[in-house]
Parts: sequence; structure tokens; C-alpha cells
Amino acid sequence: MIILFGMPVVQVLLFGFAITTDIKDAQIAILDKSNDYMTHEITNKLLSSGYFILGANLDKDDQIDKAFKKGNIREAVIFEKNFAEKIETEKKASVQIIADASDPNMANLLFNYSQSILMDYQRQLYKDMKFPLQIQVETQMLYNPELKSVYMFVPGTITILLMLISAMMTSISIAKEKELGTMEVLLVSPLKPFQIVVGKVIPYVILSCINAIIILMLSFFVLGMPVQGSLIFLLAETVLFIFMSLSLGIFISTVSQTQQIAMMLSMFVLMLPTILLSGFIFPIENMPVVLQYFSMIMPSRWFIIIIKAIMLKGSGILFLWKETLILVGLTLFFITMSVKKFKVRLA
Amino acid sequence: MPMSEIIQSTEVRESIIYVRDLVKRFGRFVANDHLSFDVYKGEIFGFLGANGAGKTTAIRILCGLSTPTSGQINVAGYDAYLQTEKIKQNIGYMSQKFSLYEDLSVEENFTFYGGVYGLRRKQIKEKTTLLLTRLDLLDERKTVLKALPLGWKQKLAFCVAIMHDPKIVFLDEPTGGVDPITRRQFWDLIYEASHNGITVFVTTHYMDEAEYCERVTIMVDGRIDALDTPANLKLKYNASSMNEVFLRLARTAKATGE
Amino acid sequence: MELSVVVNDIHKAYGQVKALSGLSFEVKPGELFGFIGPDGAGKTTLFRILTTLLIPDAGYALVDGLDVVKDYKAIRKIVGYMPGRFSLYQDLTVEENLNFFAGIFKTTVKENYYLIEEIYKQIEPFKNRPAGKLSGGMKQKLALSCALIHKPKVLFLDEPTTGVDAVSRTEFWEMLKRLQQQDIAILVSTPYMDEASLCDRVALIQQGKLMDIDTPQAITNKLPGRMFAISSPAMYSMLLDLQQYSRAVSAYPFGDSVHLHVIDTSFIINDLEAYLTGKGQKGFKIKIIHAGIEDCFMYLMEKHHAHV
Repeated sequence: MIILFGMPVVQVLLFGFAITTDIKDAQIAILDKSNDYMTHEITNKLLSSGYFILGANLDKDDQIDKAFKKGNIREAVIFEKNFAEKIETEKKASVQIIADASDPNMANLLFNYSQSILMDYQRQLYKDMKFPLQIQVETQMLYNPELKSVYMFVPGTITILLMLISAMMTSISIAKEKELGTMEVLLVSPLKPFQIVVGKVIPYVILSCINAIIILMLSFFVLGMPVQGSLIFLLAETVLFIFMSLSLGIFISTVSQTQQIAMMLSMFVLMLPTILLSGFIFPIENMPVVLQYFSMIMPSRWFIIIIKAIMLKGSGILFLWKETLILVGLTLFFITMSVKKFKVRLA
Repeated sequence: MPMSEIIQSTEVRESIIYVRDLVKRFGRFVANDHLSFDVYKGEIFGFLGANGAGKTTAIRILCGLSTPTSGQINVAGYDAYLQTEKIKQNIGYMSQKFSLYEDLSVEENFTFYGGVYGLRRKQIKEKTTLLLTRLDLLDERKTVLKALPLGWKQKLAFCVAIMHDPKIVFLDEPTGGVDPITRRQFWDLIYEASHNGITVFVTTHYMDEAEYCERVTIMVDGRIDALDTPANLKLKYNASSMNEVFLRLARTAKATGE
Repeated sequence: MELSVVVNDIHKAYGQVKALSGLSFEVKPGELFGFIGPDGAGKTTLFRILTTLLIPDAGYALVDGLDVVKDYKAIRKIVGYMPGRFSLYQDLTVEENLNFFAGIFKTTVKENYYLIEEIYKQIEPFKNRPAGKLSGGMKQKLALSCALIHKPKVLFLDEPTTGVDAVSRTEFWEMLKRLQQQDIAILVSTPYMDEASLCDRVALIQQGKLMDIDTPQAITNKLPGRMFAISSPAMYSMLLDLQQYSRAVSAYPFGDSVHLHVIDTSFIINDLEAYLTGKGQKGFKIKIIHAGIEDCFMYLMEKHHAHV
């Protein structure tokens, strides 16, 4: 009953709030080389618009790359030196906007918002100063200059495919043994629960790895995804994610009495939330805070960050250690819980 | 008049199931190999055979649930190829595996199946009361099925199968796993139904139950290897019991089969 | 001598339903022990408790001296279990199944081959066939082989002959009898009353209670009074008349005759003949017979009011 009525209601509410393409509270970095009244005014305008919040205050050019690689900021706004002076004397000055285009839609939106705020300021200045002036806006779409949406979708798709296939395969496995009755016979033997659980995971590791390689190859050769970072690192992280998904699947299996329940749990608990809450399509920053916290326990969220970072930004372990650790933690958690929840008896 | 007496007479009996050269193939596998037999109106007809001999396949065809590959089959006056819906309306079915809905009460089960068979509300009420009284289970009409012991459930399932007064009732291993006393009570019900004109087509694993039938057939590897009264079969195979007859026939098949 | 199985006042209920009510018995090594009773009698529950898959609500049980609750890990190493549904891996072949079960018990097929040789020889020609494609009789033999391959001390077979053709059933019991020589205690449950006579001792179970436990011979000897078999050309009417015969305890159809149970010591056959003739019965035959297990089972059922 709960599943039949509760699930749809929960999903609708959840996703009604999560699914929004409006921007708010996007993190930006400001590199203000002038630090004069104009740049301060512009900065203020940006930050009080409701669209942006200050992610980082930078003072050197080489910090920009790092800031993006860390993944905290979506956009950097760089004011050139002597901005106000240049406006007053030469009637023009430039602002550089660099956007993280690994999510091209977001990047575009952010850029447009930024630009319109700047134009607004420009008009205001014009009114005050009564001469034509121009704030030149230079843009750079980082990591995805052509704004290919493929760059956004493919990492997400890879994540979801790996997760679903791995988790679903294993979630059925133990439940199947229970249904068929072979579990009874396995129990009445010297086998320890740990051996049974791990024994079920291992064959699927190999299958999933083959799966993953195929998916990555297709992404690279057919869909044109770049791999800026280390391929070995990418593969290592992928294997880790596979282990995580398989453990999650096994956990579902140990708590499901039948294959049907296992499948339903996999579908509802994994698929929909993964697609909608992992940041795959809809940015997490735009969701209500509650859902943002919720998405923190979604392993897919972390892997999408990792995979995008490696493929598009060329990030290494230094930038991704936090996310990696989270995945390792989740894997251990699920395996431990599976062994704990594994029923040594029939009732 | 007791059923067994009727066989003695030489009057021509009306055939209610007519089967000639029934063949059912699944790909290259022949499940039913040119079966031919009649079942007479009001008879208790036993259908024996090992698992995999082809019994279930044949019964499904007779119930209108499956189409034969070839052969002439007529059930309750209707053709098994073209009139399967009519067949289903005129028969009852009960098996060990499929019984009644465990979550519904006795009464609810009767009401449901009565509706399925097209009975009107008044008829359902009358039949329910009549049958429950016969089983001495009137007090349990509101009880949920799963709270009842297996023996009662089987008897109730039989009653539901005949509540619409079908011409034929098909019973697929109805007494499997049930205690010996309940088994015999179940056969009391079968006798009564037969007495009231319902033809009973029953399959069973219990060889002593084969003796309660007027005529039996024994299926081996998709063929009918024997068709006669139990008494005649015992004479023919020089056996003291149906069990022996069965073993003798089944053993020869085993030698050639797997 | 160390007993193979000891059961002491075991109780087990599932919610409202009492599956086992105070069962107690013992099994010796090398004994072929049968549990006879219909579905719902409690046989599977009992076996699951003894194989440590369920915990009893009350009472205790020992298998080879080990407690089923506390020492479950140790018990699981030394028992062979064949649960009700031929639990083999359907897509593994005969050989693969056997190797698998040998493996999880840390032994090899070679090591204990002598135990299963006779049984396995019959299915060896099919060793590369997936288990799912075997006939009922062959699955049974394979399941038995897999349960034996690690040389268990106690063998639990839960309804191994259900759903299997009569010929295979007979062969199966012959195999079990030969296994006894290996000093393995074998506990078998079955709803088929006629299989009781093949056991050393049997327990008659109905609705979670033990109605009797003894050798088949002793049980049938214990039945008070005498048993008669009456056959007649008019079986149904004969049955009805006999059911109304007040001097008998019971009259039940048994295939081609009716078994009449009389306890009244003053009864003589002439009484019966007179009664039947008076009812218009002709051409009937009356024989004195030894009661069988089924007769005793039904008598005990009535006696224990275990019949609903």
C-alpha cells in the first residue's frame, strides 16, 4: 500500500521542487584587479541579484584554474586593472567572464544573467555620466567552448547506466536464491554470510567492468567526449564506483524477500532519484536546501562530479580526494550492512 | 442408484467428452500422441500417469485453455478448437495448486466465483448456504481462507468448482498432501456430485483413489497405454492392486525413456 | 551410544498458527526414521528447526550432541539437507552442481564418491545436462547425491518423494536403505503412508503433535480390535451401509475394499454378514486383515480429535 500510493506522492513533491532550471545562489569567483568604486558597485550588484553568491575572492590569475578545478565555482568575473579610470578616460573597460561550461546550459544562463547585470550598470552609468561608454565583456566558456550538451549528458548517462546495471544485477541475485529455495541449502553449510555476499558480487564486477569500458569507449569515439585527465585515474574511479553500485545492489538484495521487491526498490529508490537529484540534469544548487542535503547521500552525485572533472577539466586526485573518499566510505558501508543484515536463519 | 451398478448394463451411454486422435506438439516434442477416449455422462473418470506423461497438457485442452495440434475433441457438446468459451462456461475446475483466494473470506470466494460463472446474486446466496451446510462449515462463512486448515480449503474449493452446476468438473490432483480422513471425505463429495449428474474427470497420484473411479486411463509418454475399469485392468495385468498395474506399465516405459 | 538427534518438547508457532506442539523423540545413528503426516502437520517446520534454519519458541534439540540454537555453525558442517523443492541450481549441469556442493563443504567429489556411487551412476550419462532439464526422479537422485557428498553424520530429507512418479519413489527408498549401512542417521518426511513400512521407526504427526512413535510393525500391532476388508460389486452402497453399522468404530474406503474397524470383543463375522444381507447386499467378501499404517493413522487422528 505504502509503495503503491506513497511513492508517487513522494516523488512528485520531491521532484516538483527539485526540477527547476532557474538560477539562484550560483557560486562565483571575483578577481578584482582594480578594487575601485565601480568594480565594487558592480560586484555588489552581482551578489545582491539573488542569482549569485560569492564563492571565492581571488587576487591572482593563476588561482582561477584551481578554483574551477576544485569545482566550487561556476563562473569567474575578472575586472581589469584601473577599471573606473579607464571608463572615465577611455570610455571603455573590459570585464572577463569565464564560465564552467561542463554544464553548458547553466553556463549560458549564468553568462546571460551576468551580462545583463553588467549592461544594466552600463545604462545607469550612462544616465549619470551622459556619454557613451562601453563595458566590454569578454567571455570564455571553459572546458566546453562549443557548449556541446553532450558534455553535460554523457557523464550523467555513464553514471546512471553503470549504477543501474550493477545495482539491479546484484539486487536480484540474492533475492532469487531466497525465492528458489537454494538459499536454504547454502545456509545449511559451512559458508559464512561474508563468503556468500562477496561470492555474489565478484562475478558482476567483471561484467560491469566490461560494461564500463564499452560505455567509455563509445563516449570517447562516437560521442566525442574528451578525456583531459588521466585515463588510468578515470578507470580506477570507475571501478570504485562499480564496487559501490554492486554493494548497494547486494544490500537491497539482502533486505528483499523476493525478486520483485528487489526490482521495485532498485527502480524507485535508485533510478528516479539518481536521475533527478544527482545533478545530472538539474543543478543541485537550484534545489531547496533539504534536497541538497539529500543529494549528498546519492553516490551518483559524487561520481558525476568525479567523472566530469576528469574528463572535461583534467582534474587529478588532489582535487577529487574528497569525492573519492565518500565513494569508498559508501562502498564499505553497504558491504558491512549487507553482511549484518544477512539473515543467518529463515526467520 | 450407486454408480458402479450402471456399468453392468449394456445400454448405450451418452458421451460427454469425445476425443479422437488428439495430438499436441510443442515444437518437435509430442506431449499428446494420438489420444482417443470417451467419457460418459455422470461417470467418474480417472486420468493417471507419471509427471511429464502428458496429463496436464491434455486436461488444458479439454478445459479450453489450449488448442490441440490435431484431432477431434468435443467437450460438453462444444468443439475444442472453435468453442472454447462455451466449454469454459460449462465446466468446473479445481487443482491442488490453484485454490481459492487466501485473503478473502469463504463467503467472498463464493460470491466472486459465482459472479465469474454468471450466477445471479440470489442463486449465489442459495448455493453458498446449501454447500456450506453440506460441509458443515456454515459457521465459517466469514472466516478468511488462510486461517482454515488445508483439508477444509480443498473441500471448499471443490464446492466452488461445482456451484454453477457444470456438466463436467475437472479435478487436477485435488487431494495432494491432505490427511487420509479428509481425502476420503473429499471422495464422498465426488460421489455425491457424480450422483447428481455431474461428470467427474479426476487425476491423482494415489493409486487407491484410482479404484474409486469407474474407468481409468493410464498415460505413459504421451500415449494412453490402458483404458478400462480398475477390475478389468487388474485381471489383464494379473495384479492385485492398481498400484501394481501402474508400476508395471510405468516400468516398461522407464526402460525406454530416461 | 551417542544419539544422532534428540528433540525435547519443541514448540513453534507462526503468529496464531501452532506448527509444533510439544514434540519429543530421539534418533539413533544409522537409523532410517520416517515422519509421516499430511501437509500442515509440521514436518517441514521440524526439519528446519533441526537444520538450524529456525529457532524453536520453546524446548531444545540436539543434533549429534550439538544444540541447534547455540551450535548452529557446527551443525551446519555435519548435516546433509534436502529441502522440499529439490533445491538445485537449475542452470548448472549435474556435474557442476555436485562439484559446487562438494566445494562449499571443503571436500571433493572423489573423496566421498563411494557414498554416492550407486545413485550417481544412474544419472552420470546426463552429467552435462542442466539440472533444470532433468525429470523429477533424476533431480531427486542428484539432490540426494549433493546432500551426501560431504559425508554428513545426519541426513534430513524433507518430502523427497513428493511429486515424483511411483517407480522412482520405490527406487529412492531402496537407495536409502542401502545408505543405512554407512552409519548415517537418515530422517525422512513424507505424506505417503505406504512408505512408512520401509522405515526402521516412524513418527506419526498430525497438526504439530506426535500421535505415535515406534516401529511400523509395533504401531500396527498396537491397534486395538480387528480390521476387516469387505469387497463387493456394489462398492458405494456397501460403503454407505457399513458406515451406518453401529458395531464398528469406523468404515473407510481403501481402493477396492472397505476397511472396517471393530473393537467390540464380542463381535463375530456372522453378525456382519447378517447385517449386510439384511441390507440387501449380495456377493460380498469379508476378510480379516492386518491393519496398515494408514488405518492406524486415521484411528489415531480420531482418537486425538486431531481431525477437523
